[in-house]
Amino acid sequence: MKHLLGTEGLSAKTATAVLNTADNLKRTLLGREVHKLPTLRGRTVVTMFYENSTRTRASFEIAGKWMSADVVNVSASGSSVGKGESLRDTALTLSAAGADCVVIRHPASGAAQRLAHWLHAEGTAVVNAGDGMHEHPTQALLDAATLRERLGPLDGRRVAIVGDVLHSRVARSNVHLLSTLGAEVVLVAPPTLLPVGVASWPVAVSHTLDAELPSLDAIMMLRVQAERMHGGFFPSAREYSITYGLSEARQAMLPEHAVVLHPGPMLRGMEIASAVADSPRAAITEQVHNGVHVRMAVLYHLLAGEEATP
Amino acid sequence: MTALLIKGVRPYGEGDPVDMLVRDGVLSEIGPNLAADGMRMLDAAGLVALPGFVDLHTHLREPGREDAETIESGSRAAALGGYTAVFAMANTDPVTDNAVIAEHVWRRGQAIGLVDVHPVGAVTVGLDGAKLAELGTMAASAAAVRMFSDDGYCVDDPLIMRRALEYSVALDAVIAQHAEEPRLTAGAQAHEGERAARLGLAGWPPSAEETIVARDCLLAEHAGGRLHICHVSSAGTVEVLRWAKDRRDVWVSAEVTPHHLLLTDERLTSYDPVNKVNPPLRTAADVKALRSALADGAIDCVATDHAPHAPQDKDCEWSQAKPGMLGLQTALSIVVETMQVAGLLDWRGVARVMSERPAEIAGLADHGRPLEVGEPANLALVDPDARWTVRGEQLASVAGNTPYDGMELMARVVGTVLRGRVTAGQERIAG
Amino acid sequence: MASRSRGAANSAGGRELLSAGDVARTIARMAHQIIEKTTLDAEHKPPVVLLGIPTRGTSLAARLRERITEFSGVDVPAGALDITLYRDDLRRRPNRPLAEISLPETGIDEALVILVDDVLFSGRTIRAALDALRDHGRPSAVQLAVLVDRGHRELPIRADYVGKNVPTSRDEDVVVRLADVDGADGVVVRGGRR
Repeated sequence: MKHLLGTEGLSAKTATAVLNTADNLKRTLLGREVHKLPTLRGRTVVTMFYENSTRTRASFEIAGKWMSADVVNVSASGSSVGKGESLRDTALTLSAAGADCVVIRHPASGAAQRLAHWLHAEGTAVVNAGDGMHEHPTQALLDAATLRERLGPLDGRRVAIVGDVLHSRVARSNVHLLSTLGAEVVLVAPPTLLPVGVASWPVAVSHTLDAELPSLDAIMMLRVQAERMHGGFFPSAREYSITYGLSEARQAMLPEHAVVLHPGPMLRGMEIASAVADSPRAAITEQVHNGVHVRMAVLYHLLAGEEATP
Repeated sequence: MTALLIKGVRPYGEGDPVDMLVRDGVLSEIGPNLAADGMRMLDAAGLVALPGFVDLHTHLREPGREDAETIESGSRAAALGGYTAVFAMANTDPVTDNAVIAEHVWRRGQAIGLVDVHPVGAVTVGLDGAKLAELGTMAASAAAVRMFSDDGYCVDDPLIMRRALEYSVALDAVIAQHAEEPRLTAGAQAHEGERAARLGLAGWPPSAEETIVARDCLLAEHAGGRLHICHVSSAGTVEVLRWAKDRRDVWVSAEVTPHHLLLTDERLTSYDPVNKVNPPLRTAADVKALRSALADGAIDCVATDHAPHAPQDKDCEWSQAKPGMLGLQTALSIVVETMQVAGLLDWRGVARVMSERPAEIAGLADHGRPLEVGEPANLALVDPDARWTVRGEQLASVAGNTPYDGMELMARVVGTVLRGRVTAGQERIAG
Repeated sequence: MASRSRGAANSAGGRELLSAGDVARTIARMAHQIIEKTTLDAEHKPPVVLLGIPTRGTSLAARLRERITEFSGVDVPAGALDITLYRDDLRRRPNRPLAEISLPETGIDEALVILVDDVLFSGRTIRAALDALRDHGRPSAVQLAVLVDRGHRELPIRADYVGKNVPTSRDEDVVVRLADVDGADGVVVRGGRR
């Protein structure tokens, strides 16, 4: 693995290796007072966030620091980025300054892939921390890690992804990774929030949440962004919540063992009832916790291996 | 000007090679083994002669973005591509929405002298779709503007479009529509379909083009006027055009770009904005429909939509990149590959779609003429057996944003003659 | 280094250093030495913990534990200490999956930890193991047991218990095979300039 740009095309072998490493790291660090491993000592990880995301950035920063990497944060405001410097120039500058890995969050789909292209000659690894509506691979990996902890192997498990699939990079990354790992994925959303062309995805599609609930092993609720509510994608927040929200009554229709996931930040009362988010079947805080170990594992696989991995 | 003898060329790729004698900008004699005493000779052995090409859709960027293209560099690219007349779109800075800019563009083109640069006038002031520009003044200017377009933007207000079509009747002009319903393409980045869905790019649905084309055909039927549809990109638009042309009394013509004849949205997986263009690259089924429409006349002609962009506007993130690609120097090769080699058009057909029909649509009397004695000597000389590899930096345009970079193309324009003057291929001249 | 000294079961061949019988006898002898040197059966001594370095060190530690229990009647806890994350040569090797770390429930604080590995070569693996140990607790002392010491140390490290000292040249491979990992016991030397 030279970069982590997406889960599409990520082999089951590689994905499983990363997840196993994450498990191992989690166990290694369990109960230890010192959460520091010397593995990436002397390596420099730069995070470039062109969108605000406290949680993802913090997770990457902690992951890097726990592996003893030097972590440098560049944000779009208060830097040359804010002065109109192009992404390409910023990236080349940081790479020339010695970055071994660039973690990028960007509103443009494909930005991470472009970055990898520009940095090809420098050998700098690129991690996509979310690009537009395209992918957010570490989120999918931490979701998979969380589901594996709760459910064991994902082969044959049925996972619903509910909500704004159209605009969601989390949904895309999860569709690819979960199906690669052998799970059945069903997308549940109003037709206006499903992309044209979804028929070619390795998923089932449903517009009726209630019909899906009894057969699920896990359900992932996507955030409904405020701008969608005003964009005419559905008539009203109330109707959305009634039709696609995970209420307590709906939660009761899930099998006993089924897990509830949410990539956060949640809109309680909108896509998920507060009581459901706080229920034992919700794995939302585990997701955040696993995020650090998964990102440590990703950095390990990208930076700790031989430079010219075949 | 001394006479020029073009030796051993096959007009329309037909029959035995002949010589063409050009005197005073006119084809004065055509036949085998013409006497060559003392004249300049152009060795055209093995070449096919076609009437000089006419491009209804070119962006020359001057005035405003001379860092991407100038009238001079664009003229050179046009001549090297076999063009003898090009129509320069109005979306310059300032916009060509008045006679002053139009005359500047026209005169600059004539001063350079490599190709007739006809300015396209804006339909509305500042291309903002709200108020008709002074179409009559532009038509009456030295530039004699006969084609109006807000290209880059759709004239989406149906009332403005109706007025433009009506008003243009008195000017014997054509309104060229960039068909894109803006409400359906807000933020659009790629053909709405399987590829865009996976890449997370906001979709540009074909229906955004088709609804405007259908609407405008009905408006043109009702209001009169001549409608030209720019860069048709979808199979659905082809169906609408067939309906309008066959079943209704509509004066409508349409163009297709070389890139829409060859490329599909498969290209987008690299996120390299060199493939970003508006309307977007679509599917293989659309490509097939566009080719057969060009073959049977449902689409009238090929226009390049030559759109140079400076590197910083292309070597960036996809959504930040400007849409458009170079086309003048590669158009013939792409048409040969997609149409002539494929058996959909013979050389006469290539002449029709590259030269004759666009000249008719734009009302150019001295371009797109038959290769006959007494006609203007506007010629494109094509080496049908050439193989060449496209290199963006070697093209004449200031910008290098060709999607064909590194590709090997077949057939190549090796000489261009504008009213008897050799504008490309001078190196073949002897004597 | 370790990657050159650890061979797979199907890559036998080369000069035999220890037969299957030799390996069993060597392990037994090392068990006796550990019992003696740590005065294991005496009272008021720090508890002894065997920590194998994966993969074959873990297996060796388990076998030493069996022998020690057999000979002394004292059950010595054994575990595994993966040192991959502490290596100083990660960039020079292909990426490898992490192995288990399993420490005894009693922990290693104030214990006498005996690190167990199959081959002692440059000493870098042991240095990494010492770094890893520091992050897991504070043993009262650390000792080292290896089945084969092949020389060529790059660090001031020596083993407390050595099954067999084997002079080698740098370009040779010492291949240790153990029954539960490789199907059979044995040690061979391969390669090198003849």
